[in-house]
Amino acid sequence: MYKIAVIGDYGSIYGFATLGLSICPVKTREEAKNKLKQLAEGKYGIIYITEAVAAEIKEEIEKYQEQTLPAIIQIPGVSGNTGAGVDGVKKTVEQAVGSDILFSQE
Amino acid sequence: MASTQVNPTRMELTRLKKKRITAIRGHKLLKDKRDELMRQYLDLVRENMEVRLRVEKGILSANKNFVIAKAGMSEAALNTALMAPKQEINLEAGEKNVMSVNIPTFEYKTRTADENDIYSYGFAFTSSDLDGAVKSLADILPDMIRLAECEKACQLMAAEIEKTRRRVNALEHVIIPETEKNIKYITMKLDENERSTQIRLMKVKDMMLEEAHGYSQKAEEYEAV
Repeated sequence: MYKIAVIGDYGSIYGFATLGLSICPVKTREEAKNKLKQLAEGKYGIIYITEAVAAEIKEEIEKYQEQTLPAIIQIPGVSGNTGAGVDGVKKTVEQAVGSDILFSQE
Repeated sequence: MASTQVNPTRMELTRLKKKRITAIRGHKLLKDKRDELMRQYLDLVRENMEVRLRVEKGILSANKNFVIAKAGMSEAALNTALMAPKQEINLEAGEKNVMSVNIPTFEYKTRTADENDIYSYGFAFTSSDLDGAVKSLADILPDMIRLAECEKACQLMAAEIEKTRRRVNALEHVIIPETEKNIKYITMKLDENERSTQIRLMKVKDMMLEEAHGYSQKAEEYEAV
């Protein structure tokens, strides 16, 4: 049985607590790194992470990309959408096809 | 010419022929795998993008609602209201095998069936905007789970497609041509050896006949007459 976690600044994620997701407010880069590691090794199937925090700990996130679980998914924070999530999808298309043939026109 | 030295022997030739057959078979299988993976991947990635845009829009509007809710009440009251969540989500994670890629499937169950349990507070001291904000977030949760499923699957499949494509290319452009070149080299060399032996035998036979009957001497005598 797995759980779902949300990592980010408190302002962006406190609402998710009401839905029954575990929220992990982080402030610094180090904190985010440690939290991610701790969650990934624990019983968490999905970890949502705000784009702002994700941008800071890119290397750590990439480590889990090849594993089936956990799924680390970027979501926009309260400060707005940086487009990192959409870029991530485009990047996988580039990786698979060789060039972005699907979404480049947008 | 082959980059590595090959022994022009029959044994090596048999080995290389077997290798070529395996390589061609493997190439065909991998190519089929790549095509099928690509087909499924393209469907999935389109859905992924669609769901992602929907989720991002949903989160954006939910965040807006939360900001409005926050503005309508004190920070302390809001924190108290959200402090002890009533609802809990249990995630059931399975695995699905798509062309030898294990992709996760998620199914979630809320602890209680009552969908009003997302409101972890009494309604007396909170603004009604907060209810709307929480509701808007709850509405996009199924999409968020689906997004996690899709996006993870896309990442895993993209990595697998890349790997398979490299293998296909390596077989097609390196292994198979090289093996064929080596096979050709060995066949030529063996043929050449055989011809060489044949000629040598003929020569030896000539020499032996010469020794036994002395043809050339006879021919000289004949010419002299």
